[in-house]
Amino acid sequence: MAKKEYSFYPGCSSERKASASNYMVSVDAMCKKLDIKLNEIPDWNCCSASIGYAEGGELPRHVMNARNIALSEQHSPGQDIVATCAACWLGAKETADRLDASEQLLADTKEVLKEAGLDIHLKNETPIRHMVEVLIEDIGYEGIKEPMVKSLEGIKFAGYVGCQTNRPFGVDGESFENPVYLDKMVETVGGEAITDYEKKVTCCGGALAFSEPKKSQKQIKDIIEAAYDQGADMIVTPCPVCQMNVEVYQDQINKHYGTKFHIPVTYYSQLLTVAYGGSAKEAGLDGNIVRAKQLEEIAAK
Amino acid sequence: MSDVNTAMVQKYRNDFLKEVEENVEEGHWVKMCMQCGVCSGSCPFGPDWDHPPQEIFMMIRAGKRDEVLTTESMWMCTSCYNCIVRCPRELPITHIMHGLANYAHRLGIAPKMNPTRRFSKIFWNNIAKTGRVNELALSLKLYFMDGFMSGIKNALAMAGVGIGMLKTKRLNPFALINHKGVKNPKELHVLLKKAREIEDRRKGIAR
Repeated sequence: MAKKEYSFYPGCSSERKASASNYMVSVDAMCKKLDIKLNEIPDWNCCSASIGYAEGGELPRHVMNARNIALSEQHSPGQDIVATCAACWLGAKETADRLDASEQLLADTKEVLKEAGLDIHLKNETPIRHMVEVLIEDIGYEGIKEPMVKSLEGIKFAGYVGCQTNRPFGVDGESFENPVYLDKMVETVGGEAITDYEKKVTCCGGALAFSEPKKSQKQIKDIIEAAYDQGADMIVTPCPVCQMNVEVYQDQINKHYGTKFHIPVTYYSQLLTVAYGGSAKEAGLDGNIVRAKQLEEIAAK
Repeated sequence: MSDVNTAMVQKYRNDFLKEVEENVEEGHWVKMCMQCGVCSGSCPFGPDWDHPPQEIFMMIRAGKRDEVLTTESMWMCTSCYNCIVRCPRELPITHIMHGLANYAHRLGIAPKMNPTRRFSKIFWNNIAKTGRVNELALSLKLYFMDGFMSGIKNALAMAGVGIGMLKTKRLNPFALINHKGVKNPKELHVLLKKAREIEDRRKGIAR
């Protein structure tokens, strides 16, 4: 039997040939080493993200998330729901909170779900959590260290926490303005963390990287520039939107601002997988557009 | 949709605050704003708002209905939640901004050409269709929203990003044909339709 077991909400970007497919690959490998079993919510749907608000409104948005929670309650009763994507975590948790706070909203949601033969109970039976919470709170830093066979010594990381893995819910009771869990995680596996990376919680623009590219790329430029200024070899993040935005627009930013950015943007799960002896492929490093060569080298050793 | 707008104007007369309280997500919090301005100073796109959140709250209370509902301001929200965690009174500002934008959009008086309004609509329609994001269709729809020629231009500008995503297997080039969503999208459509009906009824925006 696995050490820990959770109901798992992977989310759209984690799917095969989707924008964070390499995140999922590394999460799989990481969880295997930590003996964590993830029971995927059957037939889950999109959380509607934050950007769905204009057309989605309130109830339809909550119904999307409530359907997932209901399916989880049915399929993996009593298990915490764990999400790897910041938006999925936020969307699902927000809905659970809102339904918990409003009898009207809960009744309306139940009425809608009945059309699909589903029901939602809530009653806090299924806390909704982010994978980093599982690592920090359930496994603990000591536990994170346990499967480690290689050190990430010699690599300097700018820990970019971003927005939605941090606000509004927070992780492990840490400060919203200066969370340190990502730095601690980096140090746990032997890497050097830039603990005073000043852009660690600066917004990358989120979905507005699509609709307001110039404004968002200004944000992204500041995030990358600060990492370089601090001597970072690479950036590490817990969020698929942060990862994509900070990685894929570097060429466009270089063109616009005359910069020469070329910095890898990795996931915490890729770091842990490599530290646990996983191959570059198992760590999803072949999914990084800007290759994290130092991690690849350690993985190859 | 302008009929709905006229009906709302007639219903609430000069009491825009009441209209917001009754129809906008988390709108009942608006009166609690103490005008400290921390939200405005915390917003990553702050300088791009014609009226930052603090001003929006005061304008609502001053009855500036048209100015509030037709501004592009709320559409600058990146959902970073800085304002929420910093507000001394713990107003759910992000949600109120989303709520105002949604309300303006539903009344048909939100700025037509605002790119985030249009993207938000494209996004929702994308996920509502199959239950899961079709990233290829989402990007193409966005690039081509102003027609074929500008679409080609946008797509070419984004070609570098697309090729990078394809090479690293983070984009499905055949997603227009083989994208997989939930098992029974029709059932999901029924749920969403019903949810919308109930919401419209509760908010008096029956169509």
